[in-house]
Amino acid sequence: MGFGAIGAAIGEGFTAASANEAIGRNPKLSGDIFKSMLVGQAIAESASIFALVIAMMLLFTNFPAHTLTPYVLIAAGLCMGFGAIGSGVGSGFPAGAACKGMARQPEVTGRLTTNMLIGSAVCQTPAIFSLVVSFILLFTDFSVRPVSPTWAAILGAGISSGLGAIGSGLGGGLVAEASCDGVARQPLTATPVTNVMLLGQAVTQTTAIYALLVSFILMFKSFPTTDLLAPPMALLASGLCMGIGAIGPAIGEGFAGRSAVAWIARNQEHIADLTRLMLVGQAVAESTGIYSLVVALVLIFVV
Amino acid sequence: MAIEGADIVKAAAFLGAGISMGVGAIGPGVGEGMAAAKACEAIGKNPKEAGLLTRTMLVGQAVSESTGIYSLVIALLLLFVV
Repeated sequence: MGFGAIGAAIGEGFTAASANEAIGRNPKLSGDIFKSMLVGQAIAESASIFALVIAMMLLFTNFPAHTLTPYVLIAAGLCMGFGAIGSGVGSGFPAGAACKGMARQPEVTGRLTTNMLIGSAVCQTPAIFSLVVSFILLFTDFSVRPVSPTWAAILGAGISSGLGAIGSGLGGGLVAEASCDGVARQPLTATPVTNVMLLGQAVTQTTAIYALLVSFILMFKSFPTTDLLAPPMALLASGLCMGIGAIGPAIGEGFAGRSAVAWIARNQEHIADLTRLMLVGQAVAESTGIYSLVVALVLIFVV
Repeated sequence: MAIEGADIVKAAAFLGAGISMGVGAIGPGVGEGMAAAKACEAIGKNPKEAGLLTRTMLVGQAVSESTGIYSLVIALLLLFVV
């Protein structure tokens, strides 16, 4: 239980910080702007509500006494705590841009709100991945598995999805911010801007999906009992590798997507060139994320 | 748990490989994204130069990729050679 409280405290601390940052981005208020700010904040807040749910469960559920239980509690707390950071901050970006856009162009409020909601929803997906992994960790019966190396697989699974969600939440938020900004400047370009936004966001989500994949393998593969230190360390390292490795590419892809969407809004006739360049640039940025996935899979299956 | 010297070395090598590739992936990912962002901006301003800009972007990204590849090499060395 002590470990569970540590995980919960970390989760709540991180999410409070990210929610505050998101709120700080939306200072203007009056009528529609205020309403949209509240909706945007509610979405940014949802990531921290996920974390709160997990924290409450860690604190108030009676978990079976087993050697692996402390690891499960720490992993679930870390997973949801880290996982909520990116989505909380990322959802704040489009909400802030939508509020500013409404102040400039009140007549496109409806279209802007739709765009903001779609963009923020995509930003939330990594937090939802983390929530799913936390729930699976909490409700899977690990007591039938050998203590070593399962302890490391549990920690690795939590760390992979948790850290892996940070970059994708942030990157998706950058793209959505540019699209809200673009719709406000050029309401006529709303449809292509929303489409390219979704394409760019989808690419930023890929590294979070790799991290989710590694978490699932770590949780559901059965590993042979071992007395050695090396096999559990390989599993822990694979979670760390994929989790940390997912952050950078997703943020970088978010930069590329943000710029492409912003320029499509200004210069719609070059949508084909810009989309192609965005995808090529994102593909190159993705490469280090793929290296991380390869190293993580080698750590699980080969060594 | 019987912990011996060779086992500790192996465990540390695995952990090191994971951290090497994980942390090493951050910088190139962000940097290549910035290059792509600027290239998109430049094509937005001057679409006629799309070919030249794409080429320049790819060369710049290839250079920033190098540290990611160093990390991969170190990670693979730690996994298979040490």
